[in-house]
Amino acid sequence: MDLYEYQGKQYFARFDIPTSPGAVADTVDEAVARAEELGYPVTVKAQVKVGGRGKAGGIKIAGDAEEARRHADAILGLDIKGHVVRRLWIEKSSDIAKEYYASFTLDRAAKQHLCMVSAKGGVDIEEVAVTDPDAISRLHVDPTEGISATAAAGVVTSAGIDEEARAQAAEILVKLYECYVKGDCDLAEINPMILTPDGIVRALDAKVTLDDNAAFRHPEWEEFEGLEDMDPRDKLAKEKGLQYVGLDGFVGIIANGAGLGMSTCDVVEQVGGEPANFLDVGGGASAEVMANALEVINTDEKVKSIFINIFGGITRGEEVANGIVQALGRVQIDAPIVVRLDGTNAEEGRRILSEHESDRLVSVPTMMGAARKATELAGGVVKEAAAR
Amino acid sequence: MSIFVDDTTKVVIQGLSPSGQGLYHGLRNRAYGTKVVAGTNPKRGGEVIEGIPVYASVQEAVAETGATASFTAVPPAGAPDAILEAARAGISFIVCITEFIPAQDEALVFNILRREHPGTRLLGPNCPGIISPGKCNIGITSGDIALTDGPVGLVSRSGTVFYQALYELTQNGIGQTTGVGIGGDPVPGTGFIDCLAAFEEDPETRAVMLIGEIGGSEEERAAQFIAQHMSKPVVSYIAGVTAPPGRKMGHAGAIISGSQGTAKAKMAALGDAGAIVAQNPTEAAELMVDVVKGLP
Repeated sequence: MDLYEYQGKQYFARFDIPTSPGAVADTVDEAVARAEELGYPVTVKAQVKVGGRGKAGGIKIAGDAEEARRHADAILGLDIKGHVVRRLWIEKSSDIAKEYYASFTLDRAAKQHLCMVSAKGGVDIEEVAVTDPDAISRLHVDPTEGISATAAAGVVTSAGIDEEARAQAAEILVKLYECYVKGDCDLAEINPMILTPDGIVRALDAKVTLDDNAAFRHPEWEEFEGLEDMDPRDKLAKEKGLQYVGLDGFVGIIANGAGLGMSTCDVVEQVGGEPANFLDVGGGASAEVMANALEVINTDEKVKSIFINIFGGITRGEEVANGIVQALGRVQIDAPIVVRLDGTNAEEGRRILSEHESDRLVSVPTMMGAARKATELAGGVVKEAAAR
Repeated sequence: MSIFVDDTTKVVIQGLSPSGQGLYHGLRNRAYGTKVVAGTNPKRGGEVIEGIPVYASVQEAVAETGATASFTAVPPAGAPDAILEAARAGISFIVCITEFIPAQDEALVFNILRREHPGTRLLGPNCPGIISPGKCNIGITSGDIALTDGPVGLVSRSGTVFYQALYELTQNGIGQTTGVGIGGDPVPGTGFIDCLAAFEEDPETRAVMLIGEIGGSEEERAAQFIAQHMSKPVVSYIAGVTAPPGRKMGHAGAIISGSQGTAKAKMAALGDAGAIVAQNPTEAAELMVDVVKGLP
């Protein structure tokens, strides 16, 4: 789960990472009231989970109440790369002498944590990584050891952080690691970490991605839920506990397993169709799970046919077939359905499906054949696929 | 021969109870012919469940039965401790199928094993397990989709595509020496390269199928290994050609970030390394048929 900037800053505060004073506002009046409390100048910042806010006009400085009102009015409701601004973070403006970068994330190749620090902060760090890779200092951290104050000081120095800022930056780095590990983050990033003209180092922005798998030991994360600006299909799928990703095509896809789900999308595209979604029903494929999956797909008006691709492992073929048949009794589905059932007891499963077969429900024994059929039923042009 | 397990492997099921997943899969594995010699449960030491003697700890189970491998399906909160308990008891091969373990825990467990238990191999977490057809099956793979006496070693990150690939090979009459599902999590205990190296060493394995997916750089590193160290032919398939950037595709590890981790980049790396690159699992099996026909 990605946090908004203000949530990230609140999360940082739990680990004693210094940030600027600020407050949340959902209306123009609230924004002005918060600005008055903080004292001018304030920075009015759009709260959206997408980069490039500044360039899009989502961050403005206000010197008085009139300006605060004008900026809040302009930014609330602003569409930034498809994300509509519904909330503002009003922050006491900072004088900036220098902008740095600091982050922790997992290096999957090294199987250790990776600390990155740069004296070139405030810009897109991925761009810096490409154009000026030497400007980023990297330090691998063994999770069994953690990061020592000495190691933090070392990486801060090698990154070229100004001398007057080093001690504070190293201290922040140690706290950021605490936040990243104890706070179960996939990413904890400060960009920019600023040095003020009077010599104070603090986080001016916060980018925090929490590891959803760790939610069981973080009851406090609940406050972050429910504010998502989600695609309605995604939202319904989440409520139903399904792994769903909306795509732009016209063939709805239901598969068991993430890999097979992706593979099914690939095959549909290879035969000339376009996947409307990725949907993984997981290991089981009971009537209830199937009905939920079909219900989610059914809300997508672009879907012209549905391809159910199930490989029976533990889940036996006849259970899957019965699940599909029962689901069809519960949900009114508009698009024709193509089922490919393979693996354990697939023959029995196909026999059950054949009893209910019609022009709305077709069973095809192979993955490629079913992809072609689903594409054809959706009105797509079927191509010769790669497999012979 | 097979890799990592064989017909002498003795398995202890961690967290065995009359209603848990461990028993369900353990009985299926036993029915396949796997030597399931013990279970553990701190509250049920001394009991016998479905003919499986239960011990209070892995250490006790190892002492009493000579177990060499363990299988665990305990929930995420307890899985890291279960893995470390097995390692401390001297288990050399741990299969953990548990899904949704926090990444911080995975990284910590991996590094503890690497430092303190170099003789222990962890497979998973969040993986289907391992099958050496006719000899040993630890995990959730349905034994009847695999075929014995084959020349092919199979390694896959995805679970269901692992089954799909096993099944397609079997349908084409191609048997497998061992199939290993390494799982799609960010820090798998066993990676592609571990399996490729073992298959290269195994005299009975004569060709290898590698099934990858989007995210990370494991496939690229596997490609490098193939180019430098593999004499045996490799057929590969990468799931997720059509996956959009920035969205997790089910697995925590399956995410394209920036230009990193795309299927196209992985396929190109594997192709450059001399591997045969298939567009889908069906084609992968068909290409393997040709490879096997051409074997000396």
